[in-house]
Amino acid sequence: MSVAVGVDDLTAWLRRFAEVVHERRDELTALDAAIGDADHGSNVDRGMAAVVAVLDDAPPADAAGLLKKTGATLVSKVGGASGPLYGTLFLRMAGAAGNGDLDDAAVARALRAGLDGVVARGKAEPGDKTMVDALGPACDALDAAVEAGDSLADALDAAAAAAAEGRDATVPLVARKGRASYLGERSAGHMDPGATSVTMLVEAAAATLGRS
Amino acid sequence: MTVGIVVVSHSRALADAAVELARQMLPGRELAVAVAAGTEDGGLGTDAAAVADAVGEADSGEGVVVLMDLGSAVLSAETALEFLDDDVRSRVTLSAAPLVEGLVGAVVVAASGASRQSVAAEAERGLAPKQAHLSS
Repeated sequence: MSVAVGVDDLTAWLRRFAEVVHERRDELTALDAAIGDADHGSNVDRGMAAVVAVLDDAPPADAAGLLKKTGATLVSKVGGASGPLYGTLFLRMAGAAGNGDLDDAAVARALRAGLDGVVARGKAEPGDKTMVDALGPACDALDAAVEAGDSLADALDAAAAAAAEGRDATVPLVARKGRASYLGERSAGHMDPGATSVTMLVEAAAATLGRS
Repeated sequence: MTVGIVVVSHSRALADAAVELARQMLPGRELAVAVAAGTEDGGLGTDAAAVADAVGEADSGEGVVVLMDLGSAVLSAETALEFLDDDVRSRVTLSAAPLVEGLVGAVVVAASGASRQSVAAEAERGLAPKQAHLSS
């Protein structure tokens, strides 16, 4: 039985992500301080605070409009590379969302389109120690679970677990993209901040979508 | 009408200083150089919407060459292309040139009325004088 995901559900997802990023901002920044420029937590927090301000003041009326506005806000407000990357993720989700609410398969298609956008924008491949290493497995797990007929809630739980596994697997990797790539071998032994925050995004989806 | 230049940097101060240095090469001459740098609150960062606005500001119809520092500046410039109308986007070149050296070369050639392709090529050659000097 497919559950329709509408603008209220997506709003709950975005608010939840914003809350988690805000609560764990220092943790994300500490991960970035080890291998980057120590701004990931504050950047994503600033971007999502701007998204929440949009949700409060001028909430878009439909799912695609909400996703598009979220992407446009993030590319402008985040400041770091996660701005264009998260922004493109949401803009591509908006493009794939179509009109009206999303059924389970449409949620999976939209997230996959978001991943494809991130890959095209950042040109990262699996194993480069980026958000792709968590978001890729999450999309694979979501697709498989939806295909198997699982509920959206169960499918997103599987996606969140896959994201967390992918995130943890970034620890031994040597970074090949972004500021961390300047460190070369010294980037090994640290969890990737982008993989960590995107896991929070998928976990927030699992906590909010398909639950009604 | 000349090709316009856009400078994308994490830092407003870095971008303004690079433009000041480059403009030294253009005494008494006009050239549209627009800056998209820093976050709204004055911090370090880049903003794709600001890059798109800067392209609009610098473009007189002859096109724009965009010079960037690193990382998110490159991703924001690429993202900005999506926000431009097709006809504007078709006359924008994102340059892989080093920011300071590329900018100096680009403004000189742009001010002479050269094509966008020539300006971009000159920017890309930006490191050549330094490399030649240090290798001799």
